[in-house]
Amino acid sequence: MELNDLIHHTGEWLRATGPNGNIVLSSRIRLARNLAAFPFTNRAGKKDFEAILKMVEGAIAEIPYFKDSAFFHLNELDNIDRQFLVERHLMSHDHASNPQGKGLIVSKEEALSVMVNEEDHLRLQVMQSGFNLDATWDTINAIDNALSEKLSFAFLPEWGYLTACPTNTGTAMRGSVMVHLPALVMTRQINKVLMAIAKLSFASRGFYGEGTQAIGNFYQISNQVSLGHSERDIIQNIQGLIRQIIEQEEQARQALLVQNRSALEDKIYRAWGVLRNARIISSQETIELLSMVRLGVDVGIIEGLDHKILNELFIMIQPAHLQKIEAKKLNTFERDTKRAQVIREKLQGKV
Amino acid sequence: MKCDKCTKKATVHLTEIVDGKVMEMHLCEDCAREQSQNMEQQFGLADLLAGLSDFGMHVPNTQPKSVLKCSVCGLTYEDFRKFGRFGCANCYEALKPQLKTLLKKIHGSNEHLGKKPVKESPALIKPKPVVDEVVPVKVPEEPEVETVETLRKKLHQAIEREDFEAAALLRDKIHELEGRG
Repeated sequence: MELNDLIHHTGEWLRATGPNGNIVLSSRIRLARNLAAFPFTNRAGKKDFEAILKMVEGAIAEIPYFKDSAFFHLNELDNIDRQFLVERHLMSHDHASNPQGKGLIVSKEEALSVMVNEEDHLRLQVMQSGFNLDATWDTINAIDNALSEKLSFAFLPEWGYLTACPTNTGTAMRGSVMVHLPALVMTRQINKVLMAIAKLSFASRGFYGEGTQAIGNFYQISNQVSLGHSERDIIQNIQGLIRQIIEQEEQARQALLVQNRSALEDKIYRAWGVLRNARIISSQETIELLSMVRLGVDVGIIEGLDHKILNELFIMIQPAHLQKIEAKKLNTFERDTKRAQVIREKLQGKV
Repeated sequence: MKCDKCTKKATVHLTEIVDGKVMEMHLCEDCAREQSQNMEQQFGLADLLAGLSDFGMHVPNTQPKSVLKCSVCGLTYEDFRKFGRFGCANCYEALKPQLKTLLKKIHGSNEHLGKKPVKESPALIKPKPVVDEVVPVKVPEEPEVETVETLRKKLHQAIEREDFEAAALLRDKIHELEGRG
């Protein structure tokens, strides 16, 4: 598989086929693993990086889960290609900004990706559509088992998997769920929810991962604690929390519909109107308007529009994606123009 | 606007809705910090780690500090405190006395209850220190002095990749430096 093949289809996790797809965009589990025989990446030399890349490449060649996957050496990709992979949630911004000695493995459906030589030697990620952590865990657990038969991971029975940062030690697992909470934001209850999340030792981040603010009412909620609980227990705790958040968001949506229906309709139809008619539009405005339209679909104000189209737009309207679609470098104005065109084409004839 | 609790300038503004009643609070940085002491989780990782590893240092320790050094990668507990990252798997063995407390403080437990690798890992493989290739200790550099010019450059880059949150922060910093804060 080549990088350019990715442009013409979208990741499995965007297909909006999973449970609670109206509020939960995706479920993701990440595992950090280090090879016992090498120093962690912050102390590794060039030869170590190369040896690790080679070992991992050899190991995955024999594992069926990685059949038809692509192995990218990041120093061989240009800036736009690297940003493109970040925008698809396949790797971190940090991984892209310092590409020497770094690798990325991406499965054909993009459900599985592995960053090689990020903060830890391996960062495995499995992403699925909707609220689906159990299935996500089963998949990543099987892949991790297969890898651990080929590679010796740094592990101590008392402390579990050893990671560069002590906040990941133990299971080295981060489970996260991307939720869309426009009604909790509009009814100004979101800060209370976020504070409760923090008090329960969970983290909330924006759509674009670590260090990003919430944009378009998307929040990524994940566990902080990785030691002292089994993976299943951690997952159950996240599930319990997410169920409550879903319920709160549902209630807030009902409250808006009952108490403020015309104001809500106005907001949603305006967003719909702008998206279908704009000629120049920034990514921030797009994301905010898409959030409103998504809410409109969820509560039945806009009918006949598929979540999948909206999910895909959230990814496609990003800068590197627009430049890959156009196959050339675009300045801000050109991107804003191209973006408006992509949105109009995608929404044309819908509804 | 003045702080609700003292006379300093309020820079932190909180809105809380309790039973439909909107409560607004305007605090200076010091009072806000006090206010948020019971919300440790919301602090950044660096703050958290710095605080936690200080805690680790107060644990009675019979070994002299200089002994706590990783024999494989050379990382000392001091390096770890500055950087917040271990250098290799062996650091966990080398810094064990301090780590027991640190891990407990971070996770509320220092006992692994999760899965194991399918293939038994050999007791940690000790990489041989390479004689001809000395890897320098990477301690984060002192933050560079930020000038309006370097900030503008970063602002431009942030706008270029459409990272508006970073751009807003940079814009505020530039205004501050230019005395427009």
